[in-house]
Amino acid sequence: MIRFTVNGAERTADPVGPESLLTTLRDRLGLYGSKDACEQGECGSCSVLLDGELVCSCLVMTADTDGSAVVTVEGIADGDTLHRVQQAMAEGGAVQCGFCTPGIVVAAAHLFEAHPDPSEEDLREALAGNICRCTGYGAIVRALGALSERAE
Amino acid sequence: MTTITRPDRIDRGVGADPIRPDAPPKLRGEFAYSSDLHAEGMLWGATVRSPHAHARIVSIDVAPALSMAGVHAALTIDDVSGSRVFGLEHPDQPVLGDGEVRYWGEAVAVVAAEERETARLAAAAIEVTYESLVPLTDPEDAERIGSTFRTIEIVNGDEDARGEVVVEGYYEVGQQDQAPLGTESGLAIPDGEGGVDLHISTQWLHADHGQVVAALGLRPDQVRLHIAGIGGAFGSREDLSLQIHLCLLALYTGRPVKMVYDRAESFVGHVHRHPARMWYRHEADRDGTLRRVEARILLDGGAYASTSAAVLANACYFAVGPYQCESVVVHGAAARTNNPPAGAMRGFGAVQPCFGYEAQMDRLAETLGMDPVELRLTNALETGDHLPTTGQLIEGSLPTRRVIESLRDMPMLDTTSGDPRRLPGGTGLTTPPSSVRRGIGFAVGIKNLAFSEGFDDYAEARVTLTPEGLEIHTAAAEVGQGMVTVLEQIARTATGIESVRVVWNDTSRIGSAGSTSASRQTQMTGGAVLAACESVVAEALRRADADGIDNQGAWRDGDLVMTLPELLAEGPIEHLERFRHPQTELPDEHGRGKIHAGYAVAAHRAVVDVDPDLGLVRVVRVDTAQDVGRALNPASVIGQIEGGILQGVGLAIMEEIVLDDGVMKNASFTDYLLPTILDAPDVEAILIEEPDHWGPFGAKGVGEPPTISSTAAVAAAIRHATGKPLTRVPVRPEDIVGL
Repeated sequence: MIRFTVNGAERTADPVGPESLLTTLRDRLGLYGSKDACEQGECGSCSVLLDGELVCSCLVMTADTDGSAVVTVEGIADGDTLHRVQQAMAEGGAVQCGFCTPGIVVAAAHLFEAHPDPSEEDLREALAGNICRCTGYGAIVRALGALSERAE
Repeated sequence: MTTITRPDRIDRGVGADPIRPDAPPKLRGEFAYSSDLHAEGMLWGATVRSPHAHARIVSIDVAPALSMAGVHAALTIDDVSGSRVFGLEHPDQPVLGDGEVRYWGEAVAVVAAEERETARLAAAAIEVTYESLVPLTDPEDAERIGSTFRTIEIVNGDEDARGEVVVEGYYEVGQQDQAPLGTESGLAIPDGEGGVDLHISTQWLHADHGQVVAALGLRPDQVRLHIAGIGGAFGSREDLSLQIHLCLLALYTGRPVKMVYDRAESFVGHVHRHPARMWYRHEADRDGTLRRVEARILLDGGAYASTSAAVLANACYFAVGPYQCESVVVHGAAARTNNPPAGAMRGFGAVQPCFGYEAQMDRLAETLGMDPVELRLTNALETGDHLPTTGQLIEGSLPTRRVIESLRDMPMLDTTSGDPRRLPGGTGLTTPPSSVRRGIGFAVGIKNLAFSEGFDDYAEARVTLTPEGLEIHTAAAEVGQGMVTVLEQIARTATGIESVRVVWNDTSRIGSAGSTSASRQTQMTGGAVLAACESVVAEALRRADADGIDNQGAWRDGDLVMTLPELLAEGPIEHLERFRHPQTELPDEHGRGKIHAGYAVAAHRAVVDVDPDLGLVRVVRVDTAQDVGRALNPASVIGQIEGGILQGVGLAIMEEIVLDDGVMKNASFTDYLLPTILDAPDVEAILIEEPDHWGPFGAKGVGEPPTISSTAAVAAAIRHATGKPLTRVPVRPEDIVGL
């Protein structure tokens, strides 16, 4: 049995063997926001923050997360108020099928937390681990690029 | 009665870019995809798959799986009580391996167990004994022995026409995967009375329903299919994957069963784009006028029919491209092999020949000493012309010349970023700026809209006016493209009522909307919604003896005469519409006839930077002009254009399924490369709006044209940068370096 916090709430989980954090979040804790699209750390759809670090939850063993603080896409908005990354993507047409969206929201929120003024190339490098098959990334770059302090 | 002024213009109607209703829940992680579903007492399913490209099944022993704790079912073809085969066009694929397996990864048995991991282990425990057979993996060998799904011979025009200048070429297109981010998944729930409800991500709910009903041997009303959240499609969800398997397991166990493919399984769980081999001969006059095109097009359809016949038809009918030509001879074949089945992918057979004919047009221009864009303008196919293959008169809008000229005249933005990460070597920083060679390529493509060749293509939608506003009832699949927004916009503009919502109906409550494919839903379900709205408005005006309605109620001479609740006191107003596009027909023996309902053209201009030492390419920008009829939602149109272009870029330089004697070698996102945000070019798009003859408000479908010629334009740009012939896509580093 491990204890950790998920989106600020104390949770426990009893993972089987090498069970991934992604599986624990989805199948045991009912947090379906983190997506499973490759299970190899290539697509970023399952991105979460683990003690403030951006990780692919499919590559983290739940057994190693005892005592950690996990933030998933469900923990990014402030109640009814969307995070500014979410608001910008909604208004900027940056969501199509949306399967990559949770991972991009978590990765972008993490980026702006640490670097409020990324250049376009910094933004692209920060999101290089998040594959989107629908948008061609154009609307994502425009929506998030406008949030950089450089754009103001 | 208070006098209120009616607004002249509806907010969030046609032409606007409202926030899509599903964006906030998707951004919060609260949108339920088919992989996010859960039911009390649910079991997990898993599939046993063939490790052989071709083998006889000697025996299947499910006992080791059934002896495991928590395993409730292990089913084979012998547990299928209805049709043992399924297929979208021709049922030829066994529901589960039936005596023989014909491709690597073919489903042989399915299991259901309490835990997902248990199900996986149980599938691995099933003992299947195979007798290996020699796989047929070369499509030319297959055609030689008559192993084909369809062959097409087109002979049109003056057979004696010849040109003074001749160019010939051979071209190949590798196999592309749709790679939607959401893998195949679903949840089947038995109803306790012998029937089942299936929640599924699909492109065509009713086509799935028909095939599931046939395999289960039940009455249609005993099986209800419900659309669940869909994580992209691009053609991969037009055929069945796990639909029948889930229902079999749920009915057998009497418990809900969920199944989610992992990425490796997804690669064999759906069809892919047809690999193509193409031989071309173009003849033209000295002034560039195309006189004759001869083409032989060979597609590898893999082991089962899927949509190979229709994909081949597109490849042949669009073998010349958006050009006039006096004389055309095309031979096409879709080979039946032991490779994984090929079928629908965005562009649907129009992508492959475009790579061939546009390379030919560039060769022809070079031979003639002519500007390649001028050559295309010289031969541009327009409204009032006849498609050179089928001879069909083009009745709708087709502004090919304007598309080409608009793109030619678009200023070329300098997007040299100066950041070393944007060089061909990317974040590896392997490319010195001094070694970069830049190239520019131009290509034009054409595709049909909606279904062709006499198919009875329709879409059903029901619009209901309630005191809260309009409800649009449909079974059309929103796969991410933004149809949900466009349908609402059409309804707002058609009625003047702003409160609109889309309600997805299961198969028992509404008829088919047809497939979300062939760029057709904006025109087809959009057409049904428009017609239904017009009927609803007419009935409302009749009831209230009014001259207009809106969110508040019915109006006459500028006065509100009835509120919506008053108007609907005698019951809701609703109309069910079944919308059809202009009737098409099957071709005659020479491939001629009124085959298509409409067309769209697009042109692409690609700029690439190439590292000639490492053979690396960065696509710097792809500009485009696209014939859209009318942009009902410009932001969504741009989203389709940018997304489609990047899939075209992927096919041009990195995406390919690698097969070795029928065995897939790269069934993962580690080994099958997809474009990332660092690979994405900048895009400038010009939308050419010349209303078409039957889409709502003149709209055309916009999803596929971005993928038709973007690949060809990128390949042309790499040729320009390197001077290499590059007759195959994806262009590999070794093709550039010359190894």
